[in-house]
Amino acid sequence: MNESLQQERNDSASETSHAAEAHFVRFINVQKSYDGVELVVKGFDLDIHKGEFVTLLGPSGSGKTTCLMMMAGFETPTHGQILLKGEPINDLPPHKRGIGMVFQNYALFPHMSVAENLAFPLEVRRLSKAEIKRKVARALAMVRLENFGDRRPAQLSGGQQQRVALARALVFEPELVLMDEPLGALDKNLREEMQYEIKRIHAELGVSMIYVTHDQTEALTMSDRIAVFNDGVVQQLAAPETLYEAPENAFVANFIGENNRLYGEVTEMIGDKCQVRLDSGETVLAKPVAAGGIGARTTLSLRPERVDIAASGAEASFDNRFRAEVREVIYLGDHLRTRVSVCGTDEFILKTPNAKHYASLRPGQSVDIGWSSSDCRALDA
Amino acid sequence: MSDSPASPLTTADGVPLKVSLRRAVRRSKIKAFLLVSPLLLFLVVAFVMPIFEMLWRSVDNPEVSTHLSRTVEALEGWDRESLPGEEVFAALAEDLREGQQARNLGLLSSRLNYEKSGMRSTITRTARGLGTLEPPYREALIELNDTWGELDTWKLIQREASPLTISYYLAAVDRQLTPDGEIVRAPESQRLHVTLFWRTLWMSLVITVLTLLLGYPVAFLLASLPLRYSNLLMILVLLPFWTSLLVRTTTWIAILQSQGVLNDLMVAVGVIADEARWQMIHNKTGTIIAMTHILLPFMILPLYSVMKTIPPSYMRAARSLGGRPFLCFRRVYFPLTIPGIAAGGILVFILSIGYYITPALVGGQSGRFITNYIAYHMQTSLNWGLAAAIASILLFVVVVFYLVFNRLIGVDKVKLG
Repeated sequence: MNESLQQERNDSASETSHAAEAHFVRFINVQKSYDGVELVVKGFDLDIHKGEFVTLLGPSGSGKTTCLMMMAGFETPTHGQILLKGEPINDLPPHKRGIGMVFQNYALFPHMSVAENLAFPLEVRRLSKAEIKRKVARALAMVRLENFGDRRPAQLSGGQQQRVALARALVFEPELVLMDEPLGALDKNLREEMQYEIKRIHAELGVSMIYVTHDQTEALTMSDRIAVFNDGVVQQLAAPETLYEAPENAFVANFIGENNRLYGEVTEMIGDKCQVRLDSGETVLAKPVAAGGIGARTTLSLRPERVDIAASGAEASFDNRFRAEVREVIYLGDHLRTRVSVCGTDEFILKTPNAKHYASLRPGQSVDIGWSSSDCRALDA
Repeated sequence: MSDSPASPLTTADGVPLKVSLRRAVRRSKIKAFLLVSPLLLFLVVAFVMPIFEMLWRSVDNPEVSTHLSRTVEALEGWDRESLPGEEVFAALAEDLREGQQARNLGLLSSRLNYEKSGMRSTITRTARGLGTLEPPYREALIELNDTWGELDTWKLIQREASPLTISYYLAAVDRQLTPDGEIVRAPESQRLHVTLFWRTLWMSLVITVLTLLLGYPVAFLLASLPLRYSNLLMILVLLPFWTSLLVRTTTWIAILQSQGVLNDLMVAVGVIADEARWQMIHNKTGTIIAMTHILLPFMILPLYSVMKTIPPSYMRAARSLGGRPFLCFRRVYFPLTIPGIAAGGILVFILSIGYYITPALVGGQSGRFITNYIAYHMQTSLNWGLAAAIASILLFVVVVFYLVFNRLIGVDKVKLG
């Protein structure tokens, strides 16, 4: 009996710990309004596992930063609940949440040296001097700035400041780190370098990260899962591959990666495919994803790299084939971007590898192009 | 292969680079100078020259050497032990007779009167009585006025014959010279200026601290409120700037006087008895209240301009790192506002040290500043030398404060708007 009780306790313990793993951070139907007239965030639900890297991606003004600020405690939700490790934190002030945060412009304290900046969160936690020194040194080593402790933030380059900000958000060993467009101020090369750096640190420490950005490449490179925001609503929450390969609606398809759009009406369902009559009259076979029933308007979404030129010999697999006229060819080194006019649009893009048999394309030339119906997704209008 | 690095760089046609550069920028330099020259001229005429004039006047001592030139000459080689001889008295008689005819003995008699009271009437009476006198003058003059029989009188004339004097400065700090040239404190009844200097300094300090305490939260609100509220608040801060200084000062008289708005209100409410009305004006309290109010914008604006540049993300970062609100303020926000505190502090302090009109109107006897005595010596006692000496000391104090401040804070860090 004693044993079974023990067993039970173990079970329940592992269950709660499992629950904490799964529901490390939870947003439950969170809404936010600043002026009482308009909702900036309309019913946000999110469930983050421990150690996960989740990105909130969306155009500016879509509500992603507001969600991050609510998580940090700088904004209060108008409605709904935010849970951290199962505890509601709506009424917890920011300094009691123990969440690390990296700000858009780093927010390093300019009157303190780098080491003093890093020591600040440890001092407010009343750690001993020796302990502080040890942790600061370790944090500096983690971001490879061992010899920069005595410098002022103004004496550092943008990338170094970024590293210090990261180290400061991590030095007090929070379980959750929030990042608000942390790489926005860096140039392209540095940004890519820092993306890998953040990824490395995330993997090393196993902390959970919520990352806000409007840069889709950044989001795709770094995240375990991405929540695509638009107009205060999460359009799709999924892993990067899923978002790219299987967008659930027209906004996500457009926002993530390049995308050809064709507009039409569903005329027939054939097994797992649907037939769509385009506004220009052609008929296209597509994969119904978010299209309504027969007669509904739909947007067809097609990645440029999934369209091929029929001359390449792979035409057999294409159940959609059209005659197109080449308008423009842009040479991009490893690939070619060809703009053609087809199916009533002049803006249809093909991305083809820079291989010999594509090199002959010239503006004005007519070519056969084709794509598989499974790559052509029928989405909402 | 290439030129040795030691040889000076030249342009393609062989002119040294430095010369060429100087030629190239000369035109724009001349243009820039011409543009600022009207203001420069104005500053020189209206600011720099008066300051030197003031400094000069505080040590200038022409009266005795001009109007008693013969006497001074005759006094050379005098043993300072016994009364001078007949030739000195004769020279004095001639000097005074000439002065009497030219009617310019007033300056001389005032000047000597500053050093030795009674000298004005001595000179006036002697000059008037000279008409009938015959040589030998020595006994006759002593007969006419026995001041001439005192050794100290002659020592004084000899001392003040020098074209420069420190006696104005000594008077400005309540000191004087004995006939034998020692510096001693002035008689108790004449000590006045040192007290006033100290009062001016500590009251200015109190005013500066008060404007800081009152202005800091206002500046913070200004910097952190949404624009439409902060604009309104800014107008409220600036409104006093657009109101006449005299109106603001006299308004405080209306509010604070014993039959004024505030006292009436408190009597009506029953906080104080009718016969125990508070004396809040025409004393130090009045000066401090009115000047704190008048100088407040000079504290708020520099503070605001510094606070405006502090991104809110600093405080957010400090909070997210675990700091309690007050600790974040003390460790992060406050240190970043120090340049503003310094700018506002030095501005208010220097302005209030030199403030004149408000202490004159509401200060009464006890709330008066040193500036009021500069004005008194300029307009009433007409002792311009003393006024210039006090003003120079004030200028010196301000410059010292500025230098100390520069050493501690650094003027380059200060933002004045």
